[in-house]
Amino acid sequence: MDSPELILRYLSSERFLYAAWMTLAISLCSLAGGMAAGLVVALLQEARLAALRWVAILYLWLFRGTPVLFQLIFVFNVLPGFGIVLSGFGCAVLALSLNEGAYMAEIMRSGIRAVGFGQRQAARALGMRESQVMRWVVLPQAMRIIVPPIGNQFIGMLKLSALVSVIAVEELLLVANQAAAANFRYLEALSAAGIYYLGLTTIFMALQALLESALRRRGRKPQGTFLQRFLGATAEAGRVR
Amino acid sequence: MTVILDATAIHKSYGTLHVLRGVDLRVVRGECHCIIGPSGSGKSTLLRCLNLLEPIQDGRILFEGRDIAAATRREAPGIRERIGMVFQNFELFQHLSALDNVALAPVRVRGEAKARARERAAALLAKVHLPDKLDSFPDELSGGQQQRVAIARALAMDPALMLYDEPTSALDPETVGEVLQVMQELAEEGMTSIVVTHEMGFARRAADHVVFMDEGKVVHAAPPEEFFAPDTPLPDRLARFLGRIAH
Ligand SMILES: Nc1ncnc2c1ncn2[C@@H]1O[C@H](COP(=O)(O)OP(=O)(O)OP(=O)(O)O)[C@@H](O)[C@H]1O
Ligand SMILES: [Mg+2]
Repeated sequence: MDSPELILRYLSSERFLYAAWMTLAISLCSLAGGMAAGLVVALLQEARLAALRWVAILYLWLFRGTPVLFQLIFVFNVLPGFGIVLSGFGCAVLALSLNEGAYMAEIMRSGIRAVGFGQRQAARALGMRESQVMRWVVLPQAMRIIVPPIGNQFIGMLKLSALVSVIAVEELLLVANQAAAANFRYLEALSAAGIYYLGLTTIFMALQALLESALRRRGRKPQGTFLQRFLGATAEAGRVR
Repeated sequence: MTVILDATAIHKSYGTLHVLRGVDLRVVRGECHCIIGPSGSGKSTLLRCLNLLEPIQDGRILFEGRDIAAATRREAPGIRERIGMVFQNFELFQHLSALDNVALAPVRVRGEAKARARERAAALLAKVHLPDKLDSFPDELSGGQQQRVAIARALAMDPALMLYDEPTSALDPETVGEVLQVMQELAEEGMTSIVVTHEMGFARRAADHVVFMDEGKVVHAAPPEEFFAPDTPLPDRLARFLGRIAH
């Protein structure tokens, strides 16, 4: 079988398709978990009580100060000793979420802080209820601030998810490796995985660029061409952890 | 003579800090009251208490004949609609154009039709001499222009009373005049207003009453002719305050 044919066969195989789905599912779940953790940490950082702020600092110190690979292996191997038994998928999402939370906290915080007390008070003075202040004044401004960096985090997360192959979760990299190990056709198996990664990141970069355009204030010219902004999304993504 | 606002014996504390120590203020429809006083005397706190942005610990606030100090959290927004407020730092909504800043509350709070609200907003922006800035965003406007948009935004809810908290303190000297001009025009048209300001010229020209506050109390209040008359004996603290800001 020649290379293009084998790549095509891998691409259309159920195993690779399932692995791509796993990669996507792990990334989406971890991003959601990371946003939740990040929001909690951000609120803790803004808390009045010093003890709560210290909890946030401890969290950031732990999860930014150790490699994410270490965190994955730790969750996978150490938690069962404390009676917490999770599936490989569960471990992957837990570790990646906790890690992501440490970075997402900063993004959430910037969104919360973007709308100052003054504007909220001005909205209240106009007769708005708290929910209206949130809906019409705070959220539109916070969204505009947090969507671009969250998009970058997601693209980074798609790539980061390759790490979970070390805890035997059947995602793209592990499946490609297994396929290649059987017949030593590394070029074909890894190409198939690479195409899936590129496909996924491309779709999400495009979604991000579209979303950013939609959120950009009306009447303002976007900076750069669509393609520039589209590729710009990759520049910051995939921070090394 | 309709009394719009009658506040009596207002007490406000932040924790152990007793900021307002029994303030009385009576405002008749169409009057303009200017409040002056040293930093920390409680001027901003008083304004925030009057439109219920801050709860008071004691006292009575009659607004349009009703005691609003006892309003519940659910009633408060409805009362604030009737009281416009302008802040030192404008506090325009940064994501909205001048027109949308003005139209937002009428549409979202009063449920006014969008087209009608925008029409009225355009008219209000013309009234504050900004007919050509409808589509400008706050960061494209000078401080003086932003403050005039903020005034239009407050007027859009048809308030019975306007509160201004040092509306020109954050402005470059060149743009102070245009904002005071708009405020004076509104006052002359009969808009009832309470203005915290250090602009003595404005107080002389536009005020019906000048109120001097110090340490959470009204120390002296009089019509401007009397207040600024060279030969009236003034309380010590007021004389010192006026001496200080004259230099
Ligand atoms: N939210 C708050 N929490 C605690 N203390 C406050 C709060 N707001 C104001 N204060 C205190 O209340 C006192 C009066 O403040 P206020 O802002 O009303 O003064 P002001 O007369 O407006 O002064 P300025 O001319 O500087 O604006 C000050 O001592 C201030 O520190
Ligand atoms: Mg003040």
